[in-house]
Amino acid sequence: MLKTGPQTLIQDLGRPGNAHLGVPPSGALDKPSFTLANRLVGNPENAAGLEVILGGLSLRANASCTIAVTGPATPTSVNGVLRDSPLHLAPGDTLTLGTPRGGLRSYVAVSGGITVPAELGSRSTDLLSGLGPAPLRPDDELPLGDPTGVPMGVDVLVPVQVPDEVVVPVFLGPRDDWFHDPARQLRAGRWTVSDRSNRVGIRLTGTTVDRVTDRVGQELPSEGLITGSVQVPADGHPVVFLADHPTTGGYPVIGVVPQHALPLLGQAAPGTPLRFAPQG
Amino acid sequence: MQLRRCGTDAVLVEVDSLDEVEAVRAAVAAAGSPDVVELVPAARTVLIVARPGGLPSIRRILAGASLVHHPGTDSTEVVIPVRYDGPDLDLVADTAGLTTAEVVELHTGATYRVAFCGFAPGFAYLTGLPEPLRQPRLPSPRTKVPAGSVAVAGEFTAAYPRATPGGWRLIGRTDAPLFDPCRPTPALLAPGHRVRFEALP
Repeated sequence: MLKTGPQTLIQDLGRPGNAHLGVPPSGALDKPSFTLANRLVGNPENAAGLEVILGGLSLRANASCTIAVTGPATPTSVNGVLRDSPLHLAPGDTLTLGTPRGGLRSYVAVSGGITVPAELGSRSTDLLSGLGPAPLRPDDELPLGDPTGVPMGVDVLVPVQVPDEVVVPVFLGPRDDWFHDPARQLRAGRWTVSDRSNRVGIRLTGTTVDRVTDRVGQELPSEGLITGSVQVPADGHPVVFLADHPTTGGYPVIGVVPQHALPLLGQAAPGTPLRFAPQG
Repeated sequence: MQLRRCGTDAVLVEVDSLDEVEAVRAAVAAAGSPDVVELVPAARTVLIVARPGGLPSIRRILAGASLVHHPGTDSTEVVIPVRYDGPDLDLVADTAGLTTAEVVELHTGATYRVAFCGFAPGFAYLTGLPEPLRQPRLPSPRTKVPAGSVAVAGEFTAAYPRATPGGWRLIGRTDAPLFDPCRPTPALLAPGHRVRFEALP
């Protein structure tokens, strides 16, 4: 690892099934991009790879390996020369990622997968709980496993492109009854992604979501949270919880974003306009 | 029991007491359904996350669940050794109108149950705290509570698995391995477990 850019983490498909112990699921925020990268280099889908925010990654190969870069369109160079992904690295070659366009998080898979020790069955870095490897730093070395499979052939990779305005489907509940006309408020509101967003959640600035009068100032006993929960803290600004979310929370959840819509949220940069589409 | 929809694949079961939470959790756990992905008890709710398409079978389990809690069905009992020298031990004693020795006697004399986990991996909320020890959180939380601190707040007692900010009243500390992600069973305490504290000399 020569340079990490703003943030580079080791991720796989996470550690679901441990929420009863207070352990968040974690895992790659854009799972389709992540699993595609693994298939392109012949890895099982759950092999650990890299989640890179805003590019800037630079690494040198100590061994021959195949690399795939997925997610948003990300300029990829080997020894300073632009190359298409997937690509092969010889010992001594340097891979560099430029700034991605159209999304926030690029995914890098290496043949054999990254084989740092697993914790609770996963090598994912969980920023909330501190489980898994620390965020990567210059001079870190990444151990690789032995390649196991045949790389998937592909003619053209279609990069992730976050639209100018993100429309997020949401199912009302479990605590929509804490809010006045929740479907209308969600449909009518307009938000942007806050720069305080991270893997724990997407914080939204814009419309405040108002409680019913009886519930103003009331506290909710902590209750379980799932990935995709839209929680409305006391200030009325929604938070959409992502992979590193707390397992319980004490503010009402007005709705839940279905799993298929979350990868795009994981790619939405601060400032992206967003609105909700309540589902029936 | 009230069932609240939670997205397409989860249900939040709302009940009236911690005992009912444990009854629901134990019933779902005992059913051993492969459709259950997550089973998360909390203060007045149990969150059940299903495999896609698995909710109907979970609703059937819930329809047959009794809200009467049967103590002792979980065979796991954990004894946690504690050195009762916490920085808030005197405060807890003063608030309760007791001596520190009496506080220790009360805390070690009870059998607790893990009601739920949260806040941090391995942080178990233990129910069964004797009434005089049920005291509010500190007005100003500490920015750092040392790992292993044994504490009380409201109706719960707990031990901090790692150093975090916290507003609970610290009465002691333990070296017990509360959470070690590299062990086959990482969390010493899990929902339903029975727990006792033992005073170290």
